[in-house]
Amino acid sequence: MTGRTLYDKLWDEHRVCSEPDGSSLIYIDRQLLHEVTSPQAFEGLRLAGRKPWRLSANLAVADHNVPTEGRERGIADPISRLQVETLDRNCQEFEITEFTMSDPRQGIVHVIGPEQGATLPGMTIVCGDSHTSTHGAFGALAFGIGTSEVEHVLATQCLVQRKAKNLLIRVEGKTRPGVSAKDIVLTIVGKIGTAGGTGYTIEFAGSTIRALSMEGRMTLCNMAIEAGARAGLVAVDETTIAYLEGRPFAPQGEDFEPAAQSWRNLHSDIDAVFDAVVELDAKDIKPQVTWGTSPEMTAPVDGFIPDPQLVQDAVKRESMVRALQYMDLSPGMAIVDVKIDKVFIGSCTNARIEDLRAAAEIVKGKQKAAGVKQVLVVPGSGWVKRQAEQEGLDIVFKDAGFEWRDPGCSMCLAMNADRLEPGERCASTSNRNFEGRQGYGGRTHLVSPAMAAAAAIHGHFVDVGALEPVSTPIEISQSAAVQPPSRVKTGQTHKRKKH
Amino acid sequence: MKPFRRITSRVVPLDRANVDTDAIIPKQFLKSIRRSGFGPYLFDEWRYLDHGEPDMDCSHRPLNPDFVLNRPIYWRAQILLTRENFGCGSSREHAPWALEDYGFRVILAPSFADIFYNNCFKNGLLPIVLAAETVDRLFGECQPGTMMTVDLPSQTITTHFGECIAFAVDPSRKHRLVNGLDDIALTLQHAEAIKAYEARRAAETPWLFNAMN
Ligand code: SF4
Repeated sequence: MTGRTLYDKLWDEHRVCSEPDGSSLIYIDRQLLHEVTSPQAFEGLRLAGRKPWRLSANLAVADHNVPTEGRERGIADPISRLQVETLDRNCQEFEITEFTMSDPRQGIVHVIGPEQGATLPGMTIVCGDSHTSTHGAFGALAFGIGTSEVEHVLATQCLVQRKAKNLLIRVEGKTRPGVSAKDIVLTIVGKIGTAGGTGYTIEFAGSTIRALSMEGRMTLCNMAIEAGARAGLVAVDETTIAYLEGRPFAPQGEDFEPAAQSWRNLHSDIDAVFDAVVELDAKDIKPQVTWGTSPEMTAPVDGFIPDPQLVQDAVKRESMVRALQYMDLSPGMAIVDVKIDKVFIGSCTNARIEDLRAAAEIVKGKQKAAGVKQVLVVPGSGWVKRQAEQEGLDIVFKDAGFEWRDPGCSMCLAMNADRLEPGERCASTSNRNFEGRQGYGGRTHLVSPAMAAAAAIHGHFVDVGALEPVSTPIEISQSAAVQPPSRVKTGQTHKRKKH
Repeated sequence: MKPFRRITSRVVPLDRANVDTDAIIPKQFLKSIRRSGFGPYLFDEWRYLDHGEPDMDCSHRPLNPDFVLNRPIYWRAQILLTRENFGCGSSREHAPWALEDYGFRVILAPSFADIFYNNCFKNGLLPIVLAAETVDRLFGECQPGTMMTVDLPSQTITTHFGECIAFAVDPSRKHRLVNGLDDIALTLQHAEAIKAYEARRAAETPWLFNAMN
C-alpha cells in the first residue's frame, strides 16, 4: 500500500460513511460562526424545529460589521447593527459560545480560532467564509462553506463532500532579507494562478515553510483560496505544538502531551503520492506588490508594471488591460514609482502579533509620508491588540501618525465604516484586490506588513529587503512565536535583532 | 421540508418570459437576516405601485390592479404557469424562499435557469418542464379559476378538462420531495452512524470534544 498524504489521513479520519454516488459524509469537529453568513442558517433550524447537534463544536464572533473606533457608541449603520445583534440573539437562544463585541477576546474569526486554541491539529473546521483555509496551518482540514451548509453542520455536525485531489507546493531554501510568508504566497498565486489550485487541497512543505512561524503559516494557508484551493495545509511539527501549549481551549496540563503525541503523526507519509507538485526556490522570491485586480497579478518590488501587449493569450491580455485601466497604471512603470494614498495593515491574512511587529520594526522613529492621507493599523483580535500595547507597538504607530484601531475585518472588505474613496490607492496587507473590494472605485495593492509600513513612510513602494538596516529574516520567527497574553507579564517587550 | 405528493389548486398564468430573480424578489430584500417572510414581497415591483423596502407592512401598500397575482380569485393559489427561462439572473436562494413563502408549490414552464431550478428542490418547490406547445395550450385554456392537479408520485398533471400530461423528474429529487426530506433530513437518516463515530472519536481524541466557555 502506498503512503497517504496529510489530506488523505484527515479525510479518512473524518469519513462517517460513503454514499453510492461517490460522495462521503464528513464529520466536522469545529464550526466557527460570524454575523454575515449565519442568520438564515439559525432561522432554518428554528423553522424546522431543530437543535444544534453538538453545542461544544461551535464558536461565534462578530467581525465583519464591527466598528474599529468608538465602539462604545455602538454600530451606526442599522443593517450592520441588525446583523451583529442577530448573532448575539441566536447565540443566546441556541446557547452557543460567542465573543461579543465587548469581549476582550473578540476579533477576526480566523485570528481568534487559533489564538484561543479552538483550532487544533487533526480537526475538520468550517466557517461560512472562504478564508477558513487559514486554519490549515495547524494540520487541520479547514474550508469555507455556504449558508445552507452552515445550517447543515449546525443540525448534523456533518457535511456531504467529495474528495479533492492532492497538490504539493514545496519551497526550499533560505529566504532573502525582507521576504515574509505573504511574499511567498503571493509568488505562489502569481505562479500557479487563481485557478491553479482549483479542485485540490494544497499542502505547503519544504524547508522554507518549516522555518515559518505559525503566524506565517497562517498567512500562507489563508491565501490558498486565492490560488483556487478550498483548503491549504501545513504538517504539524514542534512549532505547531509549542504554539498551542497553554491556549485556553487546547488540552490542558497532563492532557496536553497525549494530544501532542497524536498530532505528531499529522504529516504526509514519505512515500505519499500527490496528483501534482509545484516547486519553488526561496532565493528566487522577492517582496511582492500586486498591480492588478486579481491576486495573481503580482510583481517583485524591483520589477515593473507588465505590458499586456506582450501577452499571447487574448483573454489574459484583455483582463490585464482592464485591470491596468481600473488601477490607473501604465505598462513599464517601476513598481517603486507607484505612489499611494492610504495604507491598511490588518485582516485575517496579516493582523497577528508578528505582522504588527514586522510593521513596527520599519516604522520605529519615523513619520508617515506627507502625501499619505491615512494609515490604519487594525489588530486581528483583542488579544493581539493587548499584546501589541504591552510591547509598545501602538506608541510606535501613533508617533508615526498612524491610526491604532479596535479589532475587526475593517478595510479588508469595507463592510463597516472603514473604506477607500473612489480613485484612492491603498497598500494593503489583506488578501483580495478585486475592484471595489476596499470601497467603491478603490485601488488595492496587496503587500506584506513590512512593505505596507515602508510604503506609508515613503509615500510609494520601496524594497524592504534593501532598506538599512536589513529587516529580520524569517527563520528567527520560531523564537518570535506569540505567547498567550495571559502568560505575558505587563511591560514585557519582544526581543528583536539589533541593527 | 413539507412533503409533496398531490396538489390541486387554481393556476396563476404569468405570461412573461425570462422572469429573473430580481423580479421575483428585488435586491433590497437580500439585506434581510431572515429566510422566511419574503412572501409579501414576491414580485414586489410588479405587485405594488410604490417602492418596497424590507420590513414594510404590505397590507396598506397600493396594489397594481393589472398584475395577475392581485386578482382575488388567485388568493392562495399554489401553481404558477409561466414562460421560458424562469428564474434567470443572480443565484439568490431568496427567490425560491419568496415563492414558497407566498404559497406556491409548483411552477410550470418550458425551461428554467439552472441554479434556480436546483434551489427549488432544496426548498420544497416542484419546477416542471413542459414542451413549449403544451405550455402554450395551457395558457390558452387558462381562465380565472381554472383548476389543475399535480401528482408527483405518478408524475402527472391533470387539467381542468381531464387531460392527463406526464412530466419528468430526477428520481432522487422526487424521492426527497415526496418524503419531505431536505438535505439535513437525509443526513439525519445516518444519525446512528454519526453518533457511533462521535463515541469512538471521543474515546480516542477526547480533547476534540472539550466544551468552550
Ligand atoms: S479579514 Fe477580510 S478576508 Fe478575513 S474574514 Fe474578514 S473580510 Fe474575510
